[in-house]
This record gives sequence, C-alpha cells and structure tokens, in this order.
Amino acid sequence: MTTLRRFTASISRSDRNGFLFVLPYVVFVLAFVAYPLIFSFVLIFHRWNIVTPMEWVGLKNFERMAADPLFYKAIVNTLVFLCIHIPLQIIVALGFAVILNSKIRMRGVFRAIFFLPVVVSGVVVTILWQQMYSFDDGLLNNLLLMVGADKVPWIIDARYAMPSIAIMATWKNVGIYIILFLVGLQNIPMELYEAANLDGANKRQQFFGITLPMLNPTVIVVIVLSTIGGFSLFVEPYVLTGGGPMQSTLSAFLYIYNQAFYFNHMGYAAALAFAFAFFILLVVLLQRKFIESESLT
Amino acid sequence: MRTTLKYAILLAGALVFAYPFLWMIAGSFKPEMEITQVGLWSQDFSWKSYIQVFAKIPILRAFVNSVIVSVTVTVSVVLFGAMVGYALARLRFVGNGALYVFILFSMMIPAQITLIPQYVLMVKLGLTDTYLSLILPTMMSALSIILFRQFFMSIPQALIDAARLDGCGDMTILFRLIFPLSRPVIITVAILTFMASWNDVLWPLIVVRDRSLMTMPQLVTLFVVGGESESQLGSLLAAATLLAVPVIVAYTFFQRYFIESMANTGLKG
Repeated sequence: MTTLRRFTASISRSDRNGFLFVLPYVVFVLAFVAYPLIFSFVLIFHRWNIVTPMEWVGLKNFERMAADPLFYKAIVNTLVFLCIHIPLQIIVALGFAVILNSKIRMRGVFRAIFFLPVVVSGVVVTILWQQMYSFDDGLLNNLLLMVGADKVPWIIDARYAMPSIAIMATWKNVGIYIILFLVGLQNIPMELYEAANLDGANKRQQFFGITLPMLNPTVIVVIVLSTIGGFSLFVEPYVLTGGGPMQSTLSAFLYIYNQAFYFNHMGYAAALAFAFAFFILLVVLLQRKFIESESLT
Repeated sequence: MRTTLKYAILLAGALVFAYPFLWMIAGSFKPEMEITQVGLWSQDFSWKSYIQVFAKIPILRAFVNSVIVSVTVTVSVVLFGAMVGYALARLRFVGNGALYVFILFSMMIPAQITLIPQYVLMVKLGLTDTYLSLILPTMMSALSIILFRQFFMSIPQALIDAARLDGCGDMTILFRLIFPLSRPVIITVAILTFMASWNDVLWPLIVVRDRSLMTMPQLVTLFVVGGESESQLGSLLAAATLLAVPVIVAYTFFQRYFIESMANTGLKG
C-alpha cells in the first residue's frame, strides 16, 4: 500500500510536461519497437504466409533450420566476408590515418576524397563496381590486361565473388574508419613518444609499443561495427550477384529477405533473424575476448 | 618518413577513391562503345543515355518522392528527438531513468528482427504503397534522442531558470531559447537522418510496389536488377549518376559537417 501511495505521490510531483513531451515517443516505441519485438518472438513458433491464419508449429522452424544447408551457407559466406573485410579495413584505414596524422599539406582535401564513397548510396557504389568487376571488359580486367596480367573472374566465380564484395565494401566504408583512427591517433599523448625517444626506441618500436596499444579501443569499435555491417549486408549482393554464383554471396540478410518476401515464409524468416542476431552477439563477444587477451600479452 | 613517398601513397589513394566516380560520370555521357575504356575523354559526349533513362523510368517523380520522404523524416526526427531529449535531460518525472535505459537497449536490437513485424503492421494498417509507410517507421530515432539529451545536459540551469522567471513554458524554452544554441547537434542529427533515409533501399523495396511512389534508390535498384536497363551500360551509369549527384553536391558544400557527424557518432548512414 505504501509503495503504491509513494508511487502516486511521485507521479503527482512529476513534471506534467515531461509526460507530454515523451508521449509521442512512447506511442512510437510501442508500435514500432515493442510490438514488433514481441510479434517476432511469437512468429518464430509459427508457420505463416501472411494470407492464411497462423499455425503453431512449436520448434519446427528451428529443426528445419538445423537441416537447412542455405542457413549454414549464409553464415559461412558472412564469415568469409568478415575474415577479408575486417583485416583489410583496419590495415588500409590505419595506414592512411598514420600518414594523414603527420605534417601533410591539403590534409582536408585528401580526407574529403577518402570519405566520398561513404556518403554515396550503396546502390551507386554497387552499380559502379558491377562494371569495374565485369569479366569481359570491366575496368579492373582492362587494367590487368594493360599490365600484361590475366583476367580475374571477380564476380562470376564462386571462389572470388564474396572476396570481391568484401573489397568493394572496404572501398565504400574505409573513409569512416580513417577518420576514427585519426581521432584515436590525435588522442595519444605526445609525452609517450618523447619518453620513448629518450629511451632510444626507434619509429617501428614506437608504433608497435605505443601507437597500436593506444588505438586498441578504436580497433574494437571498427571490428564490432564491421561485424554488424557484415551481417546486414544486403544491397551489395542483391544488386551485384543476386546471391550467386552457386549461393556463394548469399548473405544473412539476403536469405531472410528471400524467405520472408519471396517465399512468404514469415515464421521461418523470423526464426532465421533471431538465429543470426544470436550469432552476431556470439561473434562480437568472442572477438572482444580475443582482442582483450591479445592486448595483455 | 620520406615525404615524397607519403604524398605518392595519398595521391594513389585519392585516385582509387575518386576515379571510379569520374569514370561513371564520364561514362554516362559517352557513346555505348567507348564506355568500357579506361580513359575519361570522348569525342562524342552526348545526353543520349540520360534521355533513355528519362524515357524508361519515372526518375523525376522518384526524386520528388525521395525528397518528400527524407525531408519529412528528418524534420520529424529533429523535432521529436529534441523534445524527448529535453524531457530526459531537463524535466523530472516518473519513468525518466527507465525510459533512458530502454532507449539505450532499443538501439541494440538488430533491424532484421523488427523488419517482418513492421511490414505486417503496415499491411494490417492498409498503409502499403503510401508515403506514410515510408515515413512512419523512421519518424523518431533513439540515437537522435541520446544525442540531444547529451547536449541539453550541458546547458546551464541558470539560463532555463531565468526564462522560467520570465514566464516561459517548456515549449518556448526548448524551441526559442535552447534550439538556437544547439546548431551542432541539430546538424549532426539532420545529416545522419537524411543520409540514412535517402540511401535506404531495403524498406522501400518491401512496402512499395507502385512505381509512382518509389524512392530514387529503389527505382534505380529495380532498373538494374529487374532488367529494364537491358544491360545498356550508358543508361545504367546515367541512372547511377542521377542518384549520386544530389548527395555529392550536398557533400561538397557541407563536407566538414558530414565527416564530423559520422565520426562523432561512429555510425554509418
């Protein structure tokens, strides 16, 4: 009784405008966050094609998933993407950031150019790379022919297609990470380098002894954001390859999209979404553990 | 390090990031036969590819649709973000803390989980193939509330107290007094929201099937994927250029703000 009375008392002491100001957001959250979350959870135990009534199937969706080769394929594809995308992204971004952090003229111009692909729509970038990756007369193969090398089957060979998408995604996103690393570099206290200089450490030792460890938080941000990005990969494979050749570029998100909006398997698609979300969490936690133990040694 | 080598690397990088765009724009004016060449120049630049695009797809209409949707969403996210942010930062009411924690939690929910139910909701409300279906689900954003809240916390209480003494209500204080001081956050929120809205393809693909309501990136995507382009490289590049140019123009003018906004929040559009 007293708790209830205290609660009503604190409500009456509350600022009425506080409630009024957040009311639209509360309505919004109920409709577009809370309801979908609950509905999604209910959906994973049902078979439903939107038109006919829902049918309770228990854990059937998960049994089906466990036996679905495309589900594993989508995870493996995403892991292939991440294994190329993340190291490439870190090396390229860190390299440019270190150079931009030294005394350079027109730093702003270079920064702006490196950032350009980030702001342009993924559709534009994908159309552009579709032409550059074209086997017969794409820009890249034409360049390779000019220097006397062989053509590469960038997106028509199942072994090359996902790595090609990883390269394209790096080209598009690396600008953000150059900026993040630049900010990280500028936050490293100069005294550390001065002390290292006095101790006679060379440039290389300074980079591996000071710069890299101090950038560890930035590296974690880059890895986590890239991982989430990898699992939400959609436009790139949708436009570039449609998931092929031989399902080699079927991404997690593209598979959910196909199941839900192509085959109308809403229940199964919802179950896939939960499974992939769980998998993201797992991968991110593993990465954290790995990075933290690395930084201790 | 040797300065020449540094500049060489930077110039090579700039070429790698900028040349594809130049090649795209040049290609959209070249005759079909010359597009695949590595160089940029052609003797016979023409508007032919653009005329084909305009004849095949309602791209002007799509541009207008995109502007309507993105501007509405941006204005809404800024206004509601500021209101909720102000309430959380400055007003005492029951549930303030709980709401803040919930907002932080809601940012961690992957989009793929809410996607299907949001679509079902649109179907049930009979809103598919309307502007509302494109606007409603993104009218407010957790990130914008967090950013506004953070900024409003730093505004001196004395300023607000003085306005209260003059008899100003919260609405006046927020929109007349605090808003003009909040330019940096407003710009950040506006740019992030506008970019995300303008570039979104997935949601429009799901809720809009009527060609006259399609957004620009959606229409261009279907132009490529649906085979309407008949693999004519020129018209593909022209459509891509039309989609890219508004963003590139905005970017050249407000480049500093774009980079700061995205770097400060560490998020991609």
